[in-house]
Amino acid sequence: MSNTPLLEVTNLSLKLNNADILSSITIASTDPGVTMVMGPNGAGKSLFLRCLHGLTTPTGGSIKIFGNTILGTSADQAMVFQKPVLLKRSVIENLKFAGPTKTQRKSIDNALSLARLQDKQHFPAKLLSGGEQQRLALSRALLREPKLLVLDEPTASLDPASVQIIEQVIQDFTRQGGKVIFVSHDIGQAKRLGSEIVFLHKGKVLEHGVASDFLNNPVSDEARAYLNGHIII
Amino acid sequence: MLINAFSDALTLIVSADSDLIEILLLSVKVSFSALAIAGILAMPLGTILAISHFSGRKLLITFLNAMMGLPPVVVGLFVYLMLSRSGPLGILELLYTPTAMIIAQVILIIPIVASLTYQVIEELNREYRDLFLSLKIGPQQAIFAYLWDARYSLFTTLLAGFGRAISEVGAVMIVGGNINHLTRIMTTAIALETSKGELSLALSLGIVLLTIALLVNAIVMSIKTFATEKGYV
Repeated sequence: MSNTPLLEVTNLSLKLNNADILSSITIASTDPGVTMVMGPNGAGKSLFLRCLHGLTTPTGGSIKIFGNTILGTSADQAMVFQKPVLLKRSVIENLKFAGPTKTQRKSIDNALSLARLQDKQHFPAKLLSGGEQQRLALSRALLREPKLLVLDEPTASLDPASVQIIEQVIQDFTRQGGKVIFVSHDIGQAKRLGSEIVFLHKGKVLEHGVASDFLNNPVSDEARAYLNGHIII
Repeated sequence: MLINAFSDALTLIVSADSDLIEILLLSVKVSFSALAIAGILAMPLGTILAISHFSGRKLLITFLNAMMGLPPVVVGLFVYLMLSRSGPLGILELLYTPTAMIIAQVILIIPIVASLTYQVIEELNREYRDLFLSLKIGPQQAIFAYLWDARYSLFTTLLAGFGRAISEVGAVMIVGGNINHLTRIMTTAIALETSKGELSLALSLGIVLLTIALLVNAIVMSIKTFATEKGYV
């Protein structure tokens, strides 16, 4: 494992309407697998992800991914949102739109196969089920061959079959050398996928470490309460 | 008297009276030409207003919204002053020609098409913005994507513009002059024939105008139903 951090966040802060959403977040991660970002609602997880992906400009601090400072969205990264954003077009048109200019038919076929949507390639994307839509959004993100995949609760409220397919895709992606940052509330999923966990509370990182350590022996009271299903104030 | 007028009006329609057909064709030609020009100018304007940020943008949006209720006679007066012999464009000798009527209708419907386009694209932009940023879609590709994905809604905005143009009387009366066989269209002919007490032609034109309005609304409804069923709106 290289010692150069794949993800290096220094003193990151974000203020919205004079409220501190993220405060002095500093993380250095050399973990090549799945970094799970966990924390109660309102902890700032989604905005943290948006900052990492370059969609939201932080108020202060810096973010480096693969050694490059993030100043906006980058071709090295792809993001999948909690509510899949799909064009008002067919499944295949969604893939063609997102792919690089000269995307080969073979790549599109692979993406369709990855999403298990070969039979629905000409079906309007907006009429797919929630699980199918999220699978399409994920395979569309991968079509651009990113090195980092940023996932904001992509499996929230999906059926177990779709969750399984998405987790399989993520595991395949990391096996091929891709890095994943994944927001989830699902502790089982964190156990299955996570190699390290960042625990956020009120915009601050309270814990950052190996997934099994965090899940079995959380240090902070807030993390213990979160894992035990208690409301944290 | 009324029954006789109705009977005569229906006879004129069924027999495809040459005067009636001439007036109908000129009306449709003028309004379609105005719609085409207004569409080419107003749709990109509405799209740019919806997706870009520049100083004066809100002022322009407010102005366009206010112009939706522009009194046709004021537009007619403005175009008249521009095109009259002593006006800045008098040299073109366009006053009392179908071209002058088209210019007046273009001015009338640009705010409608631009404002409605702005509303449609702004809503779509809220949905697509993060995805386009994430995929690093350039402004040109984004504009085409917005216009294409909103095509069904935009078609209904064009029909709204057409409805305004074809039913307008004040502006075209002032700049067209309601000259027989030259600038007489349905609305100005109805006004003239009614004032002369010639109700049969006025009624027949009224029936045709009403049929066109109903047809336009039926098309709008059909498009909305089709697009909703296909998941394209």
